[in-house]
Amino acid sequence: MGYTPEMLELIKKVEASRPERVARVKQGVSFEPLTLDGRQEVLNKFHPDYNEAGRQAVKVGPSKGEVYPDRFVEVLEAKARLLVDNAELEKLIAFETDVLVIGGGGAGTSAALLAQENGSKVILATKLRHGDANTVMAEGGIQGASQEVDSPYYHYLDVIGGGHFTNTPELVAALTHDAPLVIEWLESLGLMFDKDPDGRMRVRHGGGTCRKRMHSSGDMTGSAIMRVLKDEARNRAEDITVLEFSSAIEILKDSQGRAAGALFFNMETEEYFVVKAKATIIATGGYGRLHIQGFATTNHYGATADGLVIGYRAGVPLSFMHSTQYHPTGAAFPEQNIGLLITEKVRGLGANLLNCEGQQFVFEREPRDVESSCIIQECLERNNGVVTPTGRVGVWLDSPMIDDLEGPGTVKKELPAKHIQFMRYGIDISKVPMLVYPTLHYQNGGLAIKDNSATNVEGLFVAGEASGGVHGENRLMGNSLLDITVFGRRAGKNAAEYAKGFSGSLDQINMDHVETYHKEMADAGIETELVSPLVLPNYTPEEIMEKQLTTHYHGGMRA
Amino acid sequence: MSEAQKKEFKVATGDRTILPEGTRLVPIFIMGKRYLVPETLTIQKSLEYAGYQFIRSCGCRGGICGACPTVYRILGDYHLHFCLACQTVVQENMYLTQVPFFPANRAPYKLEEVDDSAETIMRLYPEVMKCVACNTCTKSCPMDIEVMEYVNAAMRGDVAKVARLSFDCIQCGLCSARCPAQIQHFHLAQLCRRLYARYQVPKAEHLQQRVADVQAGKYDEMLKNLVESDEETLRKLYIERKMEPQDSEGWEPQDKTFL
Repeated sequence: MGYTPEMLELIKKVEASRPERVARVKQGVSFEPLTLDGRQEVLNKFHPDYNEAGRQAVKVGPSKGEVYPDRFVEVLEAKARLLVDNAELEKLIAFETDVLVIGGGGAGTSAALLAQENGSKVILATKLRHGDANTVMAEGGIQGASQEVDSPYYHYLDVIGGGHFTNTPELVAALTHDAPLVIEWLESLGLMFDKDPDGRMRVRHGGGTCRKRMHSSGDMTGSAIMRVLKDEARNRAEDITVLEFSSAIEILKDSQGRAAGALFFNMETEEYFVVKAKATIIATGGYGRLHIQGFATTNHYGATADGLVIGYRAGVPLSFMHSTQYHPTGAAFPEQNIGLLITEKVRGLGANLLNCEGQQFVFEREPRDVESSCIIQECLERNNGVVTPTGRVGVWLDSPMIDDLEGPGTVKKELPAKHIQFMRYGIDISKVPMLVYPTLHYQNGGLAIKDNSATNVEGLFVAGEASGGVHGENRLMGNSLLDITVFGRRAGKNAAEYAKGFSGSLDQINMDHVETYHKEMADAGIETELVSPLVLPNYTPEEIMEKQLTTHYHGGMRA
Repeated sequence: MSEAQKKEFKVATGDRTILPEGTRLVPIFIMGKRYLVPETLTIQKSLEYAGYQFIRSCGCRGGICGACPTVYRILGDYHLHFCLACQTVVQENMYLTQVPFFPANRAPYKLEEVDDSAETIMRLYPEVMKCVACNTCTKSCPMDIEVMEYVNAAMRGDVAKVARLSFDCIQCGLCSARCPAQIQHFHLAQLCRRLYARYQVPKAEHLQQRVADVQAGKYDEMLKNLVESDEETLRKLYIERKMEPQDSEGWEPQDKTFL
């Protein structure tokens, strides 16, 4: 286990250049960051989003004509899992509630809590376990202008600059305005923020921040947040009913075209059932498990874009789905850790990125898309990457220098989870660097929302990674944990208010919009065998699938 | 990188495993049934390689969510091992099964109505006092947490110590699956972490002030102006914004208009 002899040989070059690099950082001298023009140049040449291959225009639905990654278009232009007529839907009604939340991650759980606080009965349905979400995997931190030298104004500038000035302004204003409120909310819920003895929040820089506003909870910030939110939701079990292993298959509407809940599939008994609700919130997260452009991913097993598919069929346009975030530092070795997120905090603590010669080639805190592009350039154009025994490539992330900068034991203390994770494979990251390469990390886009999380479909709200616009074409570190809590809370509160003011009744619940979507696909000449939402990724080896003579795959799931 | 190497190398291909050249296949026993799998794989990927599709027992695939706790023995050895399937490489003649769910009683409470005292712990989790100090919980923890240590701290009402020791907990439930005293360690630990953070750690005063300012509308106009600004203006503001230095002890920006 551990590095191969060839790799250990290359690590010597990293060690050779380390003293000088550490001295430079201590003097406050960093590698020269790129100018705005320099950033654009490297993005144009090396970022997968800027590459015409592997993308196509979607031919149906409210965002017809927009160009998205091939695999995502395939999933959008797939057939519905089933069509159920109105009478049958009535028979399938298993629950009726004020607010239905689809997705049990950070956004969904925040939404459930706020909907409950605002007087709603809530059903939270999730296709895996409550808390199984990308939220738990977010490590580095959550942004919020809590310091005296900072304010929402500067946070706004950082967000919109990092997003290349493409973000939806109202959403950025909501995000940065609510950030301190959210940090305080989490603090009051009993989240163990990293603090000084007097209670002052310990904050750091992240990529693209002009002020230190990254709040953290060890290197498990997302996990810590999720644990607290889930615990709190369970304390309110009288009002919040959680349905696990129940995947949403389609949004339902009433006779007036308002969202009326959803059709679900019990993944274990294979029954379908309906949750009828006055307000519905989609909080299903992202699409990393579609492996856009063949990239490995940091994402959770459930990140298959289900919410986007059903929201799109229900008539909600997409926003920024042409843009995907590749995290600059995914593990490239060992094979068992492929794609695994190495938090940006490592670079925040001062670790350099180095090529196979042990030389720096990039400023370590460029915005993520720029940083990723620079690594791809170093490996593919300049051939300065380190090749692994499995034919992958990467560059060094010099974690041991953190101990030189901050004192012995810092790596273990500040990055305990990463330290354990690599120790399992005989790699002590406080002594040897990690090998990294960009990995598919985040869906910048999603369903279009307003700043109250509402969509163009009455009664349908979206929050978290499933929504699009707040991050524009590039998200900064620490703004996703913020996004899920800010917009989760807004969605929950507004959905509860909408449910309170609901008039009339939900009658004739139907899937007519899905039928219309099918017709549109037929008119566009789309022929497909694929069914979506995928529900699960399919990692069955092809040689096994060839012998599954009676197995059908509905999306990624066997049926 | 040599030219030959460059030709061979391919950029990542999703989650499907690239087997290193000459990978050896080893027998493992999934719930007693024998399969041959590549020796470099994690248990999780080896199950998929064998043809299993996960509905349960699979979450983040990165060792942080607690969905894939697994128990195993190696043929001919009486020792029982505990691990996470996504983090553990297969071994020859491993007999494994996963524990996708383990029932554990969780005591509901209202955070604002309890305090950080030993009484709270005793009222919600009285079984904690039945600990027999067998250390099985610690031995079964895949995160190397000193579980028995924190149970001991909980018995004394030391929530700060419980919080610190249990911080890495991923709530997989293996500790509680094996406890002869029937303690629900991970729920107890979650309670203590919240009690500690809420009642023992000082509140961030600077945050209270900022929240008051936000709620009083101090930033509304500033944000409104930014929302209405054109790209050129924003670019200029973005480029001209002052950077807080890495070592910012005592640093203040000259321009305090927007603070």
